Amino acid sequence: MADEPTAKTSTALLVLGCPQVPVQTGIALYLINRLKKAGLTPVVAGNKAANTLLVVSDPDRHYVGEVIDLDRAVGLISDKKRDFDRCFVFVHNDAGVTYAATMGAISGAKLYALVYGEHFEEQAKKIDFPCTVIAAKAVHNPLPLKKAIDEVAPWAA
Amino acid sequence: MGCVESMNYEIVLRDATFRESREYVRSNFKESIDVQPGFKVFDVHVIGLPPIAIGLDGDFVIFPYTKPCHGTFLLRVEDREEAVRLRALKKVSRA
Repeated sequence: MADEPTAKTSTALLVLGCPQVPVQTGIALYLINRLKKAGLTPVVAGNKAANTLLVVSDPDRHYVGEVIDLDRAVGLISDKKRDFDRCFVFVHNDAGVTYAATMGAISGAKLYALVYGEHFEEQAKKIDFPCTVIAAKAVHNPLPLKKAIDEVAPWAA
Repeated sequence: MGCVESMNYEIVLRDATFRESREYVRSNFKESIDVQPGFKVFDVHVIGLPPIAIGLDGDFVIFPYTKPCHGTFLLRVEDREEAVRLRALKKVSRA
């Protein structure tokens, strides 16, 4: 058994933005669930507040696996110490676009920008780098963004 | 801000968009160097839409730092060694 080659599990990085828009945590948990069911290993990177919201929402860690600090994740990927197969960046402000562009430049992952919030069209227009944009006006109710994600089904791509 | 917090920095621009920060560096400093995301300035991996403009003003290094909730800050830090290192890279990239 020990000598049997094991298939490498695909990995996905979820880059969380500022948690001030309520849908982020719910959508992150939903996406983690879908990715896990599809056989991918999700890893979350965010600032302290965004990460803590997710961990507190899933105390028994049924969904959330590895969680790392956002600056540390950028450092690890920049230094080529770690990379992922897919990367989902949560975008609802200019900083989110900036992080998405950064991930596109430093990572070899297939990049998805999840754009939401009150001004989602304004933010989506700023994305002029290669990535799949999944956008919906979702602030308090996550369903419009969930629907947009389901249409793309990035866990199956 | 992680290790940025330990620096003696001055905030040149706050709560800006990344593009405003890049234009500010190019318009207000005679010297600048363009780098790619992930490039290390001091111990910070800079992030942004490439190219990222880093300003140089004597011994001062001016670079963007983005926080998820507060947008992009343009920070000015005095460090002769780092300014010299960045100027040397600028010369290499032009050679």
